[in-house]
Amino acid sequence: MSDHKKKTSYETMLELTKQDLKTGVGRSVKHESAAKQVSGEAVYIDDRLEFPNQLHIYARMSEKAHARITRIDTAPCYAFPGVAIAITSEDIPGIKDIGALKPGDPLLVEDRVEYYGQPVLAVAASDHETARKAAMAAIVEYEELEPVLSVEQALQSNHFVSDPHSHKRGDSAAALASAKHRLSGSVHIGGQEHFYLETQIASVVPTEDGGMIVYSSTQNPTEVQKLVAEVLDIPFNKVQIDMRRMGGGFGGKETQAAGPACIAAVVAKLTGRPAKMRLPRMEDMMMTGKRHPFFNQYDVGFDDNGMITGCEMKLAGNCGNSPDLSDSIVDRAMFHSDNSYYLGDATITGYRCKTNTASNTAYRGFGGPQGLIMPEIILDEIARSLGKDPLEIRKLNLYGDEGRDTTHYYQKVEDNVLPEMLADLEQSSQYHQRRREIKAYNASSPFLKKGLALTPVKFGISFTATFLNQAGALIHIYTDGSIHLNHGGTEMGQGLNTKVAQIVAEEFQVDFDSIQITATNTEKVPNTSPTAASSGADLNGKAAQNAARTIKQRLVEFAMHHFKVTEEDVEFRNNHVVIRDQLMSFADFIQLVYFNQISLSSTGFYRTPKIFYDREKASGRPFYYFAYGAACSEVVIDTLTGEYKILRVDILHDVGASLNPAIDIGQVEGAFVQGAGWLTTEELVWNDQGRLMTSGPAGYKIPAVTDMPIDFRVRLVENRKNKEDTVFHSKAVGEPPFMLGISVFCAIKDAIASIGDYRKSPAIDAPATPERVLWAVREMQQLQAQQTVSPVAEITP
Amino acid sequence: MIRFLLNKELRVEQQLDPNMTVLNYLRSESGKTGTKEGCASGDCGACTVVLGELDGDRIRYKSINSCLTFVSALNGKQLITVEDLKQGSELHPAQQAMVDCHGSQCGFCTPGIVMSMFALGKNITHPDKEQINEALAGNLCRCTGYRPIIEAAEQMYTDATPDSFALEQDATVAKLREIQPRQQAELSDGTKRSFNPTSMAELAILLQQYPQARLLAGGTDLALEVTQFHREIETLIYIGDIPELKQISVTEQQIELGASASLSSCYDTLNNDYPDFGALLHRFASLQIRNQGTLGGNIGNASPIGDSPPVLIALGAKLVLRKGDQSRTIDLQDYFIDYKVTDQQPGEFIEKVIVPRARGNGEFRSYKISKRIDDDISAVLGCFNLKISNGRVESARIAFGGMAAIPKRASLCEQALTGAPWTMATIEQAQAALQQDFNPISDFRASKEYRILVASNMLTRYFVEIESPEVETRVTAYV
Repeated sequence: MSDHKKKTSYETMLELTKQDLKTGVGRSVKHESAAKQVSGEAVYIDDRLEFPNQLHIYARMSEKAHARITRIDTAPCYAFPGVAIAITSEDIPGIKDIGALKPGDPLLVEDRVEYYGQPVLAVAASDHETARKAAMAAIVEYEELEPVLSVEQALQSNHFVSDPHSHKRGDSAAALASAKHRLSGSVHIGGQEHFYLETQIASVVPTEDGGMIVYSSTQNPTEVQKLVAEVLDIPFNKVQIDMRRMGGGFGGKETQAAGPACIAAVVAKLTGRPAKMRLPRMEDMMMTGKRHPFFNQYDVGFDDNGMITGCEMKLAGNCGNSPDLSDSIVDRAMFHSDNSYYLGDATITGYRCKTNTASNTAYRGFGGPQGLIMPEIILDEIARSLGKDPLEIRKLNLYGDEGRDTTHYYQKVEDNVLPEMLADLEQSSQYHQRRREIKAYNASSPFLKKGLALTPVKFGISFTATFLNQAGALIHIYTDGSIHLNHGGTEMGQGLNTKVAQIVAEEFQVDFDSIQITATNTEKVPNTSPTAASSGADLNGKAAQNAARTIKQRLVEFAMHHFKVTEEDVEFRNNHVVIRDQLMSFADFIQLVYFNQISLSSTGFYRTPKIFYDREKASGRPFYYFAYGAACSEVVIDTLTGEYKILRVDILHDVGASLNPAIDIGQVEGAFVQGAGWLTTEELVWNDQGRLMTSGPAGYKIPAVTDMPIDFRVRLVENRKNKEDTVFHSKAVGEPPFMLGISVFCAIKDAIASIGDYRKSPAIDAPATPERVLWAVREMQQLQAQQTVSPVAEITP
Repeated sequence: MIRFLLNKELRVEQQLDPNMTVLNYLRSESGKTGTKEGCASGDCGACTVVLGELDGDRIRYKSINSCLTFVSALNGKQLITVEDLKQGSELHPAQQAMVDCHGSQCGFCTPGIVMSMFALGKNITHPDKEQINEALAGNLCRCTGYRPIIEAAEQMYTDATPDSFALEQDATVAKLREIQPRQQAELSDGTKRSFNPTSMAELAILLQQYPQARLLAGGTDLALEVTQFHREIETLIYIGDIPELKQISVTEQQIELGASASLSSCYDTLNNDYPDFGALLHRFASLQIRNQGTLGGNIGNASPIGDSPPVLIALGAKLVLRKGDQSRTIDLQDYFIDYKVTDQQPGEFIEKVIVPRARGNGEFRSYKISKRIDDDISAVLGCFNLKISNGRVESARIAFGGMAAIPKRASLCEQALTGAPWTMATIEQAQAALQQDFNPISDFRASKEYRILVASNMLTRYFVEIESPEVETRVTAYV
């Protein structure tokens, strides 16, 4: 105990112990980096001080979608002063393929180019511009091969990265054959560029042991460690990955961050110099994978009320040129092809189509959104064909009691809060009143039309690769009572570090500010899972809690022994420790513990219980629990141009007992806007050579400030703890609200449907760009014109 | 030699690559890494910085994209970056509001957003929603969905105490006076060079001396040649230090806009006469771009999808071109000859644009169609200027962008309208004629068929807006 510190009086301490901790769990603590971010002090990898002899790397991209390389000559690269090395696949010391689970992703092209933009060779020079010029001077010759560029073409020719797979319940063919009504159709669902504001980057420093320190903007440090070790042919223990923060990830840095890190590591190994590789925006967009575009077909049977009795879906994901994570991504599309509804007898088949485009990869929702949108499209169709309000049909088909509570992969839907939530939102958004107002508006407005849609989301939480559901953490308490916290998750803006620190603060009952979270580092917490699948706080929060409790147990035992008290006599309260009638500040107590030779450091570990899945049988409990949400969106469209605007959005979202309401609301809002962007203005366009034409923000339009709903009302479900034993009974929040954006897509379709008196749901692919909206409007107008000429019998019962 | 203030510190630069952007100057040359590169193409706003410019005895602040600004444009100005806002341990109100409102998540766009908010706050004490949207439309955030950022902008000055820039304004004004460009400045790295002439006479001489030199006004398009297409521009002549070229004057008959007046400085004048021109300017790229970009530049680069030429052509604008001390005036529509080919002769430069006053100049409307409402390049821009009297179309000027290799009038459509009765039947004939006027291309912004259909539908919208102003025709009216 240092004598120069001011002593707090017993009365003051007593008073403090009666107060609650202000920065613990459930509080809207500010993002741990907020003050640094707004002042420009937060350091991203490209902001790090450079080493005096550091190299900068540029990778030359393929200019063909499919070709054999007949010649690479890097000799011309060396004509540029400052060039240190030009490497091709041959120069890689170890394994040349960095495929995540299966091979297929050569670090640099070996002999066959599989997509336009694939890195062929890389040049390292004293500055980035010299490296680029030199790389462009290399001679690369191709023998062109026929590319497969469309998902439909790949599907027809069984051109897959892996085999099709089905989920089956009952006899869907029989159910369809005997259905009272039947509808079928198909829809293209567009992909999505991550557009993290910070592009892919890694900076690598060689170590004295022949290893590497790698600063990588990655969601998956352990994977980068593994791959760097493998391409260098060195043991994992010689590679250290350090990751303080990413400038956005969204899934785009789960596997795709490894490329720059591995190339930089190879350069560093071969030259003995530090090396940095940062992708310029265009290269980033052309070289790295995106959300999978899907081509989905459906055939659905339903009764007079609109209840689905049987369903078949074929979900064809465009995986790009390699497997990457596509097996799991298409599986997740299949797992979510029911969204919140009981599909009756169902067969859901997923296809993993191979095309000569960049290998598509993880993106917030991980295939879930592309499956989950299907029942929303289908239920709109059913409602229109029956002349009913789509919300009524949605409610009718929700999972329910015994007999209607099991998914098509045989997981029971427990704790289904959706019926309650939909009722709440239906009321609070004044759905029916606005439905009437919109009908009246549309009747009197010849050109602008409004649309409304209320759609639910049910999203399964857990990695479907069950072994990934584990996490580690490391806590040290120093003798002044300050705490050092590390865990296996990565901070990409989602507030994970903040939440985990709050959890530790809560456990020790100390202020958030006394906890220092440092960079995620493979030397502190090994063998981590990617920060993905919304699992960051669930897994790492529990691991950190476990570490904290291990230390806390030692502290309590020490106090019992030292003060001769019982366990119940020791209580941690608001930066203090109460030991029967003694009071001590946490810091003073820690000093005492230290002098008594007790360890103040611990690791922590967690693995998710209850989950299992047998993929062969397509049956099990892949998800620990479900997160729920619902959104009601209103839009206005222009039937002369197809332009639109989101007018009002009401969201009700379930995060269990929130760890941090401000951060959770930030996730809900951000995910919603990103989801709406995916289905509206974000259009990826390739030319007939397989070149991505929307390869920069000038052509690829993510939502800007005025694309936010004009009236935006977001609420979290209150007083509803996760019934599973998650960390403080919270729920994951990263991905589920992304799919709330589907309500915008449905509202646009609702506005278009108004032109045909809501008799038909317009056929429109995603994204619903103004152009697609206008064509759908035209189709609806033509249909309406025919209707007025020769009215057909109403299908309504 | 150029001189500018890096916040408070005087910087004098003589040997710099004139192709260097302010972003690279900050990050690579000055070790100031708070300003981020998100795209290097002026589309994301992560690199936003603020320029302070002397305006009488006060300073005018404007947000710009540092990735699109060459260093020579800093001459005589104050460059403020995100690092300069915090005083000691105290955050600037714009920064504090962002923290309080949970406005940063990954934080990479945040410095740019803070700088846009800072400039907004310096110019408008209590901005409304529309002004906030305008200030932030050029700042992409992929994390938040923007709601907390807008809230931060709304509350950043609720307890307005003067910030450090206000407190030090007199000192800064004195420093800026000291470095006002009075004579031609020059910058060179040995192989490339740039000049900052201070008068049209100097400019004319330079152009004769260096006929291959590229004129640099806002640079918002020219800089892309360097940052995106990796060309090197050997000789640059920056025209932003020539006061004559920035003048805006209004007479009974016409509005005269100097070629290097920024688009944002033209706004009030044009909006006053032509509200639809004002509305278009609001959606013209982003505020950062409009603060730098100029009408002269937008015309001079002769892009088929530049937003101002179709408007100006429909309004019957003229262009004053100058070479040495000779000047000539042409109709703007005659300036554009073919894709990126203009009537501008070697050694010639655009001096000013002359726009007729609104009175008696017909019913003007312009319609911009793009995938995203804000900060997007037009798929089609249609501009309509008809005079209607006694139920007949007296004259028609209709021009389109995005429909041909140049911004172009719809002559057959105009013919179909001129002299015809002002009825929907006439509109339908005009729509048929319009099909013959253009043969647009399909690209990633829109298909040929969509362009044709939308262009045609614009005529319907125009007719409705004139005839039945009570009918809602624009989703952009919802804010």
